[in-house]
Amino acid sequence: MASGFILTTTIFLPLVFTVVIFFLPKENIKGIKLVALSGSIVTFLVSLFLFFGYDAAIGGFQFLHKVTWIGSLNISYFVGIDGMSLLLILLTTFLTPLALLGTWNSIEKQLKGYSIMVLLLEVGMIGVFASLDLFLFYIFWEAMLIPMYFIIGVWGGPNRVYAAVKFFLFTLFGSVLMLVAIIWLGYFASTVPGGQFTTNLFDLYRIAPLLPVNLQMWMFAAFGLSFAIKVPVWPLHTWLPDAHVEAPTAGSVILAGVLLKMGTYGFIRFNLPLFADASLRAMPFMCLLAVIGIVYGALVAMVQTDMKKLVAYSSVSHMGFVMLGIFSMTEEGLQGAIIQMINHGLSTGALFLLVGMIYDRTHTRSIADYGGVAKLMPVYATFLMIISFSSIGLPGLNGFVGEFLVMLGSFKSTLLDNRWFAVVAGLGVIFSAVYMLWMYQRVMMGPVRSDGLYGGHHLTDLTKREIAVLVPIVLFVVWIGVYPKTFLSKSAPLVKHTVEQMESVKRGSPIRFAGSLQCNLESK
Amino acid sequence: MNSYAPLIVIFPLLGFLILGIFGSRMKSEKLIGILGSGTVGLSFLLALLVFFQMLSVEPDQRKQIVTVFTWLSTFTGSPSSFSVNIAYQIDQLSILMTLIVTGVGFLIHVYSIGYMHDDRGFWRFFAYMNLFIFAMLNLVLADNFLLLFLGWEGVGLCSYLLIGFWYEKKFTGDAAKKAFVVNRIGDFGFIIGMLLIFSTFGSLNFSTVFSGASLLTMGNTTILWITLLLFVGAIGKSAQIPLYVWLPDAMAGPTPVSALIHAATMVTAGVYMVARCSILYALSPVAMEVVAVIGVVTAVFAATIGLVQNDIKKVLAYSTISQLGYMFLAMGIGAFSAGIFHLMTHAFFKALLFLGAGAVIHAMHDEQDIQKMGGLKEYLPITYKTFLIGAIAIAGIPPFAGFFSKDEILWKTFSSEQGSWIFWLLGVFGAAMTAFYMFRLVTLTFEGKRRFDHHLHPHEAPKTMTVPLMILAGLSIVGGFVGIPHWSGIEHWLDPVFSPAQYKLMSGEYSGGIMEYLLMAVSVGIAAAGIYAARWVYLQRIEIAASLQQRYPRVYRLLLNKYYVDEVYDAVIVEPAVKSSEEILWKVVDVTLIDGMVNGSARVIGAIAQTLRKIQTGVAQFYAVVFIGGILFVITWLLLK
Repeated sequence: MASGFILTTTIFLPLVFTVVIFFLPKENIKGIKLVALSGSIVTFLVSLFLFFGYDAAIGGFQFLHKVTWIGSLNISYFVGIDGMSLLLILLTTFLTPLALLGTWNSIEKQLKGYSIMVLLLEVGMIGVFASLDLFLFYIFWEAMLIPMYFIIGVWGGPNRVYAAVKFFLFTLFGSVLMLVAIIWLGYFASTVPGGQFTTNLFDLYRIAPLLPVNLQMWMFAAFGLSFAIKVPVWPLHTWLPDAHVEAPTAGSVILAGVLLKMGTYGFIRFNLPLFADASLRAMPFMCLLAVIGIVYGALVAMVQTDMKKLVAYSSVSHMGFVMLGIFSMTEEGLQGAIIQMINHGLSTGALFLLVGMIYDRTHTRSIADYGGVAKLMPVYATFLMIISFSSIGLPGLNGFVGEFLVMLGSFKSTLLDNRWFAVVAGLGVIFSAVYMLWMYQRVMMGPVRSDGLYGGHHLTDLTKREIAVLVPIVLFVVWIGVYPKTFLSKSAPLVKHTVEQMESVKRGSPIRFAGSLQCNLESK
Repeated sequence: MNSYAPLIVIFPLLGFLILGIFGSRMKSEKLIGILGSGTVGLSFLLALLVFFQMLSVEPDQRKQIVTVFTWLSTFTGSPSSFSVNIAYQIDQLSILMTLIVTGVGFLIHVYSIGYMHDDRGFWRFFAYMNLFIFAMLNLVLADNFLLLFLGWEGVGLCSYLLIGFWYEKKFTGDAAKKAFVVNRIGDFGFIIGMLLIFSTFGSLNFSTVFSGASLLTMGNTTILWITLLLFVGAIGKSAQIPLYVWLPDAMAGPTPVSALIHAATMVTAGVYMVARCSILYALSPVAMEVVAVIGVVTAVFAATIGLVQNDIKKVLAYSTISQLGYMFLAMGIGAFSAGIFHLMTHAFFKALLFLGAGAVIHAMHDEQDIQKMGGLKEYLPITYKTFLIGAIAIAGIPPFAGFFSKDEILWKTFSSEQGSWIFWLLGVFGAAMTAFYMFRLVTLTFEGKRRFDHHLHPHEAPKTMTVPLMILAGLSIVGGFVGIPHWSGIEHWLDPVFSPAQYKLMSGEYSGGIMEYLLMAVSVGIAAAGIYAARWVYLQRIEIAASLQQRYPRVYRLLLNKYYVDEVYDAVIVEPAVKSSEEILWKVVDVTLIDGMVNGSARVIGAIAQTLRKIQTGVAQFYAVVFIGGILFVITWLLLK
């Protein structure tokens, strides 16, 4: 249990720094920035303890920390992480300081409120990935919506209010249904012999095989809709381009980098193990939506004229790969899906940062306003090139690892038993090259504009600060591409266990999803 | 011996990293040039060392596999789950390819020191070139499909970067993007092929897959699919019909790039891959047939376009496509070692021709139109002589290198079980055109009257450029001797690699006696006739060319415009895809349908709220009336119940 405090510390550390910022005078711009940045860096450093402390050889949930909250309903503050949550928490704590540093001078109004919102968002995100109690999960899930709503609605672009409301309504609509399902699930726990109301995930994993299939279908739909909106799964994606275009850079980075993963995380953490029969039935349907998303997102990305919209639609395509991997229900597919979540966070996060950096200089995101930038900003050109190819899925960089494993998983999946999903997903390989390279060409290549001005401004190459933001991302892009073992080995126990469970359910002799060893320890 | 293999690969990577990170701060071109070419030279020396070590052991002990680390896997430890290593396989085929890549690559690097002199991106050029060599070595040395694919995509990346090297020009960007995207269409096939291989054999390692395949029967459907899908990849990378369209445009890159990537090495990757999978192809006669047909048709088709092009590099580009067609023809008829032999000689003479063209372009201050040249042999004596050697070699005149390799292919085409006389006839027809367009090129460029402004003062290139030309010229002369008929060193050398496939094809040593020499005489005669015709027309009777153009304007325009294939692709594929994505998917489905529904439902709720809010009049009396009315209603209802 002692180690659980490290996890709890990681979750709430940013909150401590928001308190510090709260007491700073709002004129102290530099102080606020420094406190926010150092807060997020310290959180990252603390989260490294989790990374090095997590023992993948044992697997299961570690760093457990449980405090009774509402005793009569068996609701508790209960957190712990397995390999997947670990990777996503690290992604969060890694991207947050980069997002802050990358937009150091971009926010011109109410910096204090902005800094507080970003740190609160971080608390919510880490909390979502660490919660092992559904009620707690729901609290974090909803809590995180609020700072995001404000980040878009206050510090966003001209059409920010429309985008913020659309974002809020879409996601709220999904989560209300999820709340109903959580309560229903807790109630169901009380109806089994000797059971009582609970939202403890381990207890729910234990009783999950008792859920009748039609009830599972409803629950799958309620949870699934909430998650699918977040991913976003086609055709629930239309909030995303608007939210991205209007959000300030840091908002886009965190939105694309971390928030979208909560949806796919939810599918793996809840839908598959809790509603295994329903998941198996929904499998072809989910794969179909995933594949449509891959192709559709790529095609629509191709014809965008706004750089941010292009990247937003490319997210729809890339997240389609994650969904396809999850619902292939193979080790390859799930491992690919998990690493693809990290990859998408890194590449798309970096793409939004890069777009933001050039936007800070020119105040235009329209592709047509550019051309010949590579000559004026050679360092910028290099970074954009590397990240573009990471996004395209060039072997040796991170994107390929996820996409290839996903295609492999869905191709060989005996549960899915349809190779066409992988084949159609493979088309994404062609289209991603088209839209990324076309954008690169139109922005970076060709002659410099005749007056040398972009959006009425002169261009200067990246500053040391901006390079310092991009270099760590590029290092991970290469690391995952060349030696993915560091990361994949962390999530391997979870993936192996999930696939075993799915296959056993299919065989008709379900083994319960244990969350491995600790689940049993904890129940003693 | 095995410990060297990773080092061969590492040196160019180090060169890339050093140049890529510190290059922009290096002021001395000399230092950059020595670093860039030195790393490739070191790899070549190491490869040579490995080669001699292989010579000293028995043929069946020459193959070695060196595993470096586990690259991609699920890491779940399940027996049936995916796992692939970074592992290199040294065998007779891969070492031969390595020697070609590093040897010719080294010469081209040295040449580039002169050619790229004073270019703003000098360091960037060498960084990309080193990265290319690194990727290409991974491609040829890989012991599994996925690492081969890493190299495959890596060379594609470098090709993209180097075609677009002078990115400020509009057309370089277009050409670079086109090259990468068209290649990606091929890669799509390659990827699906790999998925199928893995789900069939449970592995992507060459040894596991090939030994598994050799147990299967001829004509197995899965193998047919695998080979066809892989071949789609090869069609893209090696610029065959219908995906060849990127290669002519790729000439937008600096000329050393055209020599190294778009002639000598990268574009032959498809041929290498098919040769590597010879056992798979041997098991599917249909796939072999497809390979042969695509190869021979491309060989002829590209040659016809080459006849009328006026850009010195475009002629060579179409010539490359055509020669690659011959290599695929060889693969398709089961003459694997003949195809690899031609790959090698072609690397020598085509690199030579491109570098020679580079020297001409250099001397002519970036002029590439051969109609504006002529008489250059007086100004560029070394370039002329070496270029002429290259032209004779590709035309197939004995005893130059191209003669032996092309003749080997043509003879096998005629004589082997999988070949046919139609293929042979088409091959000879292509050879005649090859001789013609090459000597049209030589004559218009170097001979006859001067057709350029004398202010240009063309001058011979510096030694860094001419020495590589001379070495390659030497190789173009003697390079064919390793494959003299009936004493074929290269065939014996490659025998352990191809024997499983040859065994399946049951193609034994087949001596044609007098027939073989007769056909040889025919093809040499035809090549000579082609040369003579070109010289006669373009030196003495230039009006014949003009009158042919006038008499057959349609044919001429068709050839000059490359059969309008690019235009057709644009109209049939590119335009509809872009238009429908924009007009239908985005504007109709996304904006109108989905958002319409979302915003519509919001509007409906809004409208209801608008109506309801009218009740909120703020007049207290009205509320009191409603309140009392409600009470009365409830009481009445309760009483009546």
